Amino acid sequence: MLYREAGDFKTSYQDDNQTFPIKFDRYRYYAVLFIAFAVIPFIINDYWANAIFLPFLIYAIAAIGLNILVGYCGQVSLGTGGFMAVGAYAVYKLMTSFPEVSILIHVVLAGGITAIVGVLFGLPSLRIKGFYLAVATLAAQFFLVWLFNRVPWFYNYSASGQISSPERTVLGVPVTGANTDAWASYMVCLVFVTISAIIARNLTRGSMGRKWMAIRDMDIAAEIIGVNPLTAKLSAFAVSSFFIGVAGALFFAVYLGAVEVGEVFGINKSFLVLFMIIIGGLGSIFGSFAGAAFLVLLPVFLKNVLVGTLGWPTDLAAHLEFMIVGGLIIVFLIVEPHGLAQLWRVAKDKLRLWPFPY
Amino acid sequence: MSDTLIFGMEVFLNGLMAGVLYALVALGFVLIYKASGIFNYAQGVMALFAAMTLVGIMDGQVPFSHLINAVFGTEVHHFGWHLPALVGIVLSMGVMIGLAWLVQQIIFRHLVGQEPIILFMATIGLAYFMEGLGDLMWGADIKKLDVGLPQGINLWIDELTFNLFDYGFFIDNLDIVATVIAAILVLALVAFSQYTKQGRAMRAVADDHQAALSVGINLSFIWVMVWSVAGFVALVAGIMWGTKSGVQFSLSLIALKALPVLMLGGFTSIPGAIAGGLIIGVGEKLFEFLVGPMIGGATENWFAYVLALLFLVFRPQGLFGEKIIERV
Repeated sequence: MLYREAGDFKTSYQDDNQTFPIKFDRYRYYAVLFIAFAVIPFIINDYWANAIFLPFLIYAIAAIGLNILVGYCGQVSLGTGGFMAVGAYAVYKLMTSFPEVSILIHVVLAGGITAIVGVLFGLPSLRIKGFYLAVATLAAQFFLVWLFNRVPWFYNYSASGQISSPERTVLGVPVTGANTDAWASYMVCLVFVTISAIIARNLTRGSMGRKWMAIRDMDIAAEIIGVNPLTAKLSAFAVSSFFIGVAGALFFAVYLGAVEVGEVFGINKSFLVLFMIIIGGLGSIFGSFAGAAFLVLLPVFLKNVLVGTLGWPTDLAAHLEFMIVGGLIIVFLIVEPHGLAQLWRVAKDKLRLWPFPY
Repeated sequence: MSDTLIFGMEVFLNGLMAGVLYALVALGFVLIYKASGIFNYAQGVMALFAAMTLVGIMDGQVPFSHLINAVFGTEVHHFGWHLPALVGIVLSMGVMIGLAWLVQQIIFRHLVGQEPIILFMATIGLAYFMEGLGDLMWGADIKKLDVGLPQGINLWIDELTFNLFDYGFFIDNLDIVATVIAAILVLALVAFSQYTKQGRAMRAVADDHQAALSVGINLSFIWVMVWSVAGFVALVAGIMWGTKSGVQFSLSLIALKALPVLMLGGFTSIPGAIAGGLIIGVGEKLFEFLVGPMIGGATENWFAYVLALLFLVFRPQGLFGEKIIERV
């Protein structure tokens, strides 16, 4: 009854083209933003931040990035872990080389560096496509992880080969390092997520996004109607890698604090983010959030139920988690190839009519 | 002859042997891809799963014993028998065939007509599922697999090369056996697909699904058969890798290297899989030997992928792949 277009008159093109054309959606969006910015920071504690909110927000950025590449532009990438590592090591080098510059600028710069690396590894996409490209991006994954493991310059010749983030402040409040409060790191991630989502949403519905989708749907046909595959594919790689790099930088600097590259940014990370966008929905910004939330909450939930309630050993729970995640992927692909986002869309269509049948 | 050259020759030979093992895994990929257009990412995990099942059956482990013990509070671990290797292999093959049937019935029957990339992602899901299932069934510890294959240095080659170059080559007996078995396997597969009714049906399906269907070939039977054959190849590869380095999770990562092998050789070509395997095996060993020390070592992790990537830029369909023709 509340969810109607009727009676909500648009008097300008701007109104007509807004992201949330339905009034209810708009207010829901403001409500979510209000809760995220003005309520959660006051009640959050370390457990909630570290177990749920930080990974959720950071994976959401990574998922948005990968979704642009895979969901919007149709170039399957298995190199997400490697690109996140680029972001992490870039921000580490920047933080230690220029301590006086704000960490926020460093994170954005790390995203930019990752974008350049992403374009480099995206170049083969002009010649090869489909599975061949998916496997080619594995080269990025393995090569980058090896590089950060073996070249001591990247980890500042530290004895352990790890990188750990020094303390940096924003407006006098520490956001990285050991003395960080839960709400501070939460706020940093939240700001980045919000801005990323808005940028991504507007890019994907503008001319750039339309070009990406044309390439995704059929690249030869797109080329014939005047889409330049070179700029379209490479811009998708650049934008996608930028977001993934930002996610990697936050993952290292704000969330984990110390990173061993092979362990944290291995091939499993690539698959995890890929699963997020499959379960959430390919080609949907909301889907990126839904998928990230789902795959962050699932292990926490399973652990609480199996280990906490039933008292099973943790390794059993870990094996079951693998099976459940794998099974869910298959179920989603069979039942709903467009993911949680599609379920949401169907629900909204139903809501428009509810409670009347027509 | 200089020392480097002699060492290089030994590395070359060892690379060839390793390449044969890569080729074995790659074969399974090619079979499924040709017959059903599915790029089966789970092939490596299938090899791991097959090897785990073999060890489990031979040692008489109770499947899911860990889970059963956790749920019911019992203490069961072993049936208390030790089966001979041959029985174990036959039983594991039975498990792989059952698995092929289940995969076909539960997953891919419902995904007929979907885009290839969706099928690919489904196999990634399958890989995760089987990884968890294998660990849950047989436990995640590293297992020793011994089916009676010869192991250790081959003395004959050692002696021969020592007489020739004053330096004995280290060639593992197991690698030689693996090479022989791989050769037999390839010949058997070629014979099977050329001279038997099912084999011809399989090739017909690979050429054109609809045409095959219209001349009365049972598609789902062929697909189950292909997955079973791939399961058999996975079992053989699992036995080889398992004997060499123990049955453990990293086995499925080594099998991941079959992917660049495939890209090099072309997804649709059995000779391509062999040639690609040999090139990658030799290439990465030689690269590690010659260039590795200069740039920090452990280049085997990525060399295969980068080589395949560079190669593809110049020849997108791989060495022996069919030319890709695209129409709007």
